[in-house]
Amino acid sequence: MQGKRLPVQPMQSRIRAAFLSVFLILTLILQAGAQVGYVPQYSYTYDYWGNPRSAPDAYRAVNVIYSADLGLEKPINNPSSLFVKGDRVYLCDSGNHRILQIRRDGGAFILERVIDSFTGGKGPNRFASPSDVFVTEEGDLFICDTENQRVLKLDQNLNLLLTITKPLDETFDQRLSFLPDRIVADVTGRAFVLVRNVNKGLVKFENDGRFTGFIGAMPVSFSISDQIWRLLSTRQQREQQASFVPTEYDNAYIDPKGFIYAVTTTFAEYDLIWDKAKPIRKLNAIGNDILVKNGEFPPIGDIDWGTAAGYSGPSKFSDITVLHNEVYVALDKTRGRLFGYDEQGRNLWIFGGSGNMTGFFRNAVSIEHIGYDLLVLDSLENSITLFEPTEYGRLIYEALERYQGGEYAQSAEIWNEVLKQNGNFELAYIGVGRALLREEKFEQAMQYFKLANDEDNYSKAFQEYRKAWVERNISWIFAVLFILLIVPMAAGRIRRIRKELAEG
Amino acid sequence: MNGSIRPGIFSRYFSREWRGHFVSTLRYALHVIVHPFDGFWDLTRECRGSMQAANFIVFLVMLTRVLQLQYTSFLFMRVNWARINVFTECLSILLPIGIWCLANWSLTTLFEGKGRMRDIYIGTAYAMTPLVLIQLPLILLSNVITVEEGAFHAVLSSISLLWSGLLLICAMMMIHDYSLGKTLAFMVMSAFGMLVIIFIMLIFFSLISDGIAYFVSLYKELSFRLY
Repeated sequence: MQGKRLPVQPMQSRIRAAFLSVFLILTLILQAGAQVGYVPQYSYTYDYWGNPRSAPDAYRAVNVIYSADLGLEKPINNPSSLFVKGDRVYLCDSGNHRILQIRRDGGAFILERVIDSFTGGKGPNRFASPSDVFVTEEGDLFICDTENQRVLKLDQNLNLLLTITKPLDETFDQRLSFLPDRIVADVTGRAFVLVRNVNKGLVKFENDGRFTGFIGAMPVSFSISDQIWRLLSTRQQREQQASFVPTEYDNAYIDPKGFIYAVTTTFAEYDLIWDKAKPIRKLNAIGNDILVKNGEFPPIGDIDWGTAAGYSGPSKFSDITVLHNEVYVALDKTRGRLFGYDEQGRNLWIFGGSGNMTGFFRNAVSIEHIGYDLLVLDSLENSITLFEPTEYGRLIYEALERYQGGEYAQSAEIWNEVLKQNGNFELAYIGVGRALLREEKFEQAMQYFKLANDEDNYSKAFQEYRKAWVERNISWIFAVLFILLIVPMAAGRIRRIRKELAEG
Repeated sequence: MNGSIRPGIFSRYFSREWRGHFVSTLRYALHVIVHPFDGFWDLTRECRGSMQAANFIVFLVMLTRVLQLQYTSFLFMRVNWARINVFTECLSILLPIGIWCLANWSLTTLFEGKGRMRDIYIGTAYAMTPLVLIQLPLILLSNVITVEEGAFHAVLSSISLLWSGLLLICAMMMIHDYSLGKTLAFMVMSAFGMLVIIFIMLIFFSLISDGIAYFVSLYKELSFRLY
């Protein structure tokens, strides 16, 4: 056997040499890449056909904050939620029954105070596994004190203002424990609480703590086939089919206009196909979903699921945050990815992943923003990752904001800059095309809309182009019509007359 | 080595009478589509149609399909060029026609169908004439209308399909000398027959490939042992 393997040796060494050179070249490329801050295969978007296309990074992880960075004696344990008010970050450290108030100062994060108790009230004045915190404009704190089965409202100096406990209303299932999980509040002090195991939507409490019902439950719609199936099934089977239930939300965010963005992960995979699942919803005051969906795909996260790296199935959003320019960012806990959508529901960028490296997550549970910067909480790493937009990301935001502000020409200029960095970005083509359409450069606009597969805008541009073309060539059109219609008629008549003459 | 030129395979296509026959049988397609009952009766019985013309129509249908993919405005047809293979597109027209003729003949020949395989093929091909006549100009039309005017495109496109479908029914009625009900019944049964043929073909191919794989692995095993 040895003798037989000998002739292979030179081949192997050649392969090794080849590998070495490839490795060296790769190292050089990667180093060059590192200098311009580019991590390959990190950010992407989906094209018209649903294929993932690599994109420049819109965000870069600039800092990861651990317990030690905050100078905590007791390390953070199983944190559940983040909240940001101004430059203050509130971190719900559920495992240690406390809330950390952190101030951001440039790139540094400084621990300001540890909230673990309050004054006033009759019950225990400590928290038990608090799972969420919300701070109002006045600085009052709403805290979901989950294990104590209550929601607390405290003022800035931690004096108890209000305690919300299980509503004794008959619409609220009295068999369930009251386990508040997430909370948002509007400017009037009305609180919307997500309660575990309650699937009627968000539980609404007035500012005096009065329970006033549920909002945001989607109406249960039976299809005809469901009806027939129910008719055919026995009573026991019908009772087991309790999976017709409406929504149980997983997280919520209230934007400055008072709309609640809610995410849900309780849906069947096949319901995503015709956008029946609606994993992201924008609820108005009466609880209707008014999320705009003008993208090629509805905002459902990943389009191409694949089965790579042991992850399969759809994206499941654990949290959502909405920037002041109405761009919303959803956090996917399946693959640890962040999905940015503009107010029209069109995907802007996707990045992130599962793993231990900076910018990757093991269990991403909560997302918040300070200005354009994003904060992501990882409950297994017990860390907060800070993302700052890159130049590319800033350009996208600027283009969107200028368009929202009516500065169409400037918006198009910025979209052109975006296109220099990412030629696969269909939204940028539409942006440029719209400006060209406004400048009445219809032919160029058509080109851009075609590249973006935007049929409606293309049609608008084409209609104008066609009108101009017809007006320009009207004499030719008539000339051709004349030749095609009049000349054969005249020729036929002449021939007939000649014939008659010849016969006559 | 006498000086005479050996007749080539294609020389007959250049003869005057062949061309005259081809053109007149092809032109007969324009008569058939507006007079389907008489037209299809005479098509095979009076030899007004020809195999060559039928082949040419099928070729035109394939050409229309390919031109459609390339030149239809993207407003009406989105083509993912990364996944298009022209040969697959052509086969997706040729194979169904072939299987259809086979299935239809296999069934009707048992139930007093008068048509031969050749008649069925010619009839089917002539019935597809409106597809070419309407879909080909539609390619041009699609490039001068907008999405809002897309209804014209959709209506004309469906008319061409409907027309061809009705012609196919007439063709089957006339060729086999069936009543309308019997024709429809046998067309549905032919569709099932097509499924059966495809199923058998799949089984056949998987069996053959398994058989080949067996001998390949046998050869590999032996060559490893003996090496």
